[in-house]
Amino acid sequence: MNNGYRLRARGRIDRDRPLHFTFDGREYQGYEGDTLASALLANGVHQVATSIKHGRPRGIMAAGAEEPNALVQIDEPFPEPMQTATTVRLTDRLAASGLPGRGRLAAEKDPARYDTMHAHCDVLVVGAGPAGLAAALTAARSGARVIVAETDTEFGGALLGTGEQLDGAPAHAWARQAVAELDEHPEVRKLTGTTVFGHYEDNYLVAVEHRGEDAFTRQRVWRIRAREVVHATGAHERPLIFAGNDRPGILLAGAARTYLHRYGVVPGERAVVFTTNDSAYAAAVDLHDAGVEIATVVDARGSVPPHWESLCAERGITLMPGTAVVTSSGPGRVSQVRVAQWWQEEERPGAEHTRIDCDTLLVSGGWNPAVHLHSQARGALRFSEDLGAFVPDQNPRSVRSAGAAAGVLTTSACLSSGSEAGRKAARACGLETETAELPRAASPPVRPGRTVWLVPSPTDSTGDTQYVDLARDATVADIRRALGAGMESVEHIKRYTTLGTAHDQGKTSGTLASGVITELLGRSTGEIGTTTFRAPYTPVAFAALAGRERGDLYDPVRVTSVHDWHVDQGAPFENVGQWKRPWYYPHGGEDMEAAVLRECRAVREGVGLQDVSTLGKIDVQGPDAAEFLDLVYTNKMSTLKVGRIRYGLMCTADGMVFDDGTVARTGEHRYLVTTTSGGAAGVLQWLEDWLQTEWSHLRVHLTSVTDHWATIALAGPRSREVLSRVAPDMELEQEDFPFMAWRDGTVAGHGARVFRISFSGELAYEISVPWWYGREVWEALVAAGAPLGITPYGTETMHVLRAEKGLPIVGQDTDGTVTPYDLGMGWAVSKKKEDFLGKRSFSRADTARTDRKQLVGLLPADPDLVLAEGAQLVEEAELPEPPVPMLGHVTSSYRSAVLERGFALAMVDAGRDRIGDTVHATYGGRLVAATITDHVFYDKEGARRDG
Amino acid sequence: MMSIPCPWCGPRDEIEFHYGGQAGVAYPQDPHTLTDEDWAQFLFFRDNPRGAFGERWLHAAGCRRWFSLRRDTVTNRILDRHDTRTVGQ
Repeated sequence: MNNGYRLRARGRIDRDRPLHFTFDGREYQGYEGDTLASALLANGVHQVATSIKHGRPRGIMAAGAEEPNALVQIDEPFPEPMQTATTVRLTDRLAASGLPGRGRLAAEKDPARYDTMHAHCDVLVVGAGPAGLAAALTAARSGARVIVAETDTEFGGALLGTGEQLDGAPAHAWARQAVAELDEHPEVRKLTGTTVFGHYEDNYLVAVEHRGEDAFTRQRVWRIRAREVVHATGAHERPLIFAGNDRPGILLAGAARTYLHRYGVVPGERAVVFTTNDSAYAAAVDLHDAGVEIATVVDARGSVPPHWESLCAERGITLMPGTAVVTSSGPGRVSQVRVAQWWQEEERPGAEHTRIDCDTLLVSGGWNPAVHLHSQARGALRFSEDLGAFVPDQNPRSVRSAGAAAGVLTTSACLSSGSEAGRKAARACGLETETAELPRAASPPVRPGRTVWLVPSPTDSTGDTQYVDLARDATVADIRRALGAGMESVEHIKRYTTLGTAHDQGKTSGTLASGVITELLGRSTGEIGTTTFRAPYTPVAFAALAGRERGDLYDPVRVTSVHDWHVDQGAPFENVGQWKRPWYYPHGGEDMEAAVLRECRAVREGVGLQDVSTLGKIDVQGPDAAEFLDLVYTNKMSTLKVGRIRYGLMCTADGMVFDDGTVARTGEHRYLVTTTSGGAAGVLQWLEDWLQTEWSHLRVHLTSVTDHWATIALAGPRSREVLSRVAPDMELEQEDFPFMAWRDGTVAGHGARVFRISFSGELAYEISVPWWYGREVWEALVAAGAPLGITPYGTETMHVLRAEKGLPIVGQDTDGTVTPYDLGMGWAVSKKKEDFLGKRSFSRADTARTDRKQLVGLLPADPDLVLAEGAQLVEEAELPEPPVPMLGHVTSSYRSAVLERGFALAMVDAGRDRIGDTVHATYGGRLVAATITDHVFYDKEGARRDG
Repeated sequence: MMSIPCPWCGPRDEIEFHYGGQAGVAYPQDPHTLTDEDWAQFLFFRDNPRGAFGERWLHAAGCRRWFSLRRDTVTNRILDRHDTRTVGQ
């Protein structure tokens, strides 16, 4: 039936703009302004899916974000799982299908854009219903900078969906006027389609704006810092629990009213209304007037309020006070309900019942203020016996709740509560204003409701079909089981039953669950409380949270000035912090192992060059620079002569190695310190910390100069020869330019600073030139070395070469529990200095132990084997019964060209006393033998460093 | 996302800062006169109160200065901030 349940000339849809869509493969038509849910109901479609655990048919229950049932998968225009039909805006050619609780992620890449917006304001108003509009208008009139965020596509909230009158005119007309006035205030920003989903410290709120498929950005996340916040978030109607309360055709009464007034849709032809409070009577009357037959109004209270009694009498609607719906039946959708007598003082309804045929059951168990954001902001809640709901108690600082969110029931009270909150918020910002003049609303007296958590069933005593959380198929029986297992805390029961853990986070079920638990335990609801409300209020796509920070923009990428050359050579890159470093340079069809062996051989036998621009560099200046460095390095830097370089180790105060590098004295009061590539920022921060907070009397300044200098390592017995060709003016002979010295000179036509240091054990130079000239100098070196077979090498070769020399890499061979002594680097620890960071800790009992893990070498018995890095070491060749003592672990492991075998570095308990011992390493599920050796494998005497 | 008052730059989002732990833990005057136990106290033991806590912060993505403040660890409310000239002490 095409739009058979759509009324003529009602609702706020655009009948001139029909939209075609498919649901579960069938074609339907709706209108601009519809949600998927309203369009489905207009076509008589109630059942959307089956339930996640029990496979029961489920339909549309609500008209907003609180929907527990109507989950859909969007297939077109772009696959999106787990959307609620009640919040999906209908668009032309939309294709969707019902989901039994689980969705499917898109297989293809999302082509849409997402973005992030940052905003500040005086007053943020969340929600643009009667309370929110009144708050925003009042605050705006004070001149405050106001942001109003509304989930719906237009402002008005309940004013759009209840058919009420304000000042004798339709309420939506007043909403339109209010919006027009807000538009005139230049400092007011209106956000529609925007759900505030998180309220964090210091009024930092995060919202997601749905801009639609045609917008430049599909969704935007707003990060808003507000001085004052007004939560006008409304309330969620509470369903009622009875046997079979989950059938399609069972809707919240307020939702039915929204479908009628907002979308011009009626949910069926013959409806029963089941309520515990006044609000559902308006649905009965409005639907009757729209042509729906109201079979009866079942009111759990003993008497019907006179105001509604007379309105129903005028329409011939029969009323059944003191009764309850005890069960529903039907093939799928509800076709009959059974109503039994249930006076307030009776424990359970009577066994006798009346059967009433219907195709729709509207329920109302009262209203739960939407306190989610208030609670996230650490606002307290209290249980109101009058409302049968949790309401905001104490407001957090600079946060107020207004309207239905504060437990206010009528439109006129919502308007005045909103206006008052807006005025107070403006005043807190130092802005005075009068309370806005408000329209008058009809205010029928509201009689108290009956708090009903559960309609006990004469037939279903366990509660197997009494659903508390429809989204999770969690029933009263499940709660009974949790209580039977001894649980009493609502948080425990939530986790045991999964209540409130679905996409809707228990918007309709949370308070009900607390109520059912208290009823079954015989306690009071206030005592049990609620589970914790956490962000996000509604599900948010990760794509929206990521915004632009995905793909290439996910994290900054740092590249050196020689980078493009490495790319041209086909080098794969290794990530070191944010840096891209060439890993190796494959020739022809070489794999990594072949390429690295070739590169290693070139450095040992001829000459190679590596881009080491990424090494951290810190310029340390000031009259107290020497004193400062003496405090932070384990060795003495004040005695270093200008023109000379010293290797340095830094420890944390607990004596553990923190970073290493070289220190070059470039002047009486000036040093250039290098750090590991990944550690540069951390080292600078560490040094600044001590300088600013402990030794602030020292006159020292630290400047990061990492990317001021491009640095090229030139290594190998023929490196001097290559350098001399591009630096003809520099004295490079041993006596003029010894090991651990630096010289300024001209390299390839550019001013350069050349260090004679070596990380491979070979004769080597590190040539630094201004960053801009890095590539030019690199290419000059490559050209000058070409006749000598100069070979570019990457980080892997550098690692192998240094490991052959037993040089540790901080962070690979160390892990924050390793002292300089453990590394066999006691020589780098000054005995003369009175104090330096870490010194006191070397005499601590544990640090001074001689059986600590120590850096040693490891040679596998099978020379072709390369041990796995991280492999545990044990004594025995066959694993005995556990526990098996672990002796240590492999920290670095490679194949060596010069040794022609596999070798490794390892940290081993009392390792230096065990040289020559055989241990066993885990290797692919078996144990392999290896011999402990000294950690220096090659050129122990250091004969090669001078070429 | 707390709003943290940097004494140099004014209130800024928490994301710009690094946390530096308890404030007022000075490096001992002469570590070598301390017993192992006292030295371990300095190295490893810090307060972890429920409520007001003096702590150090670094405005890492801003002026890169350290400062200290007092924060309520229950509510994340910043109670007051220390004079920047006695930062970290």
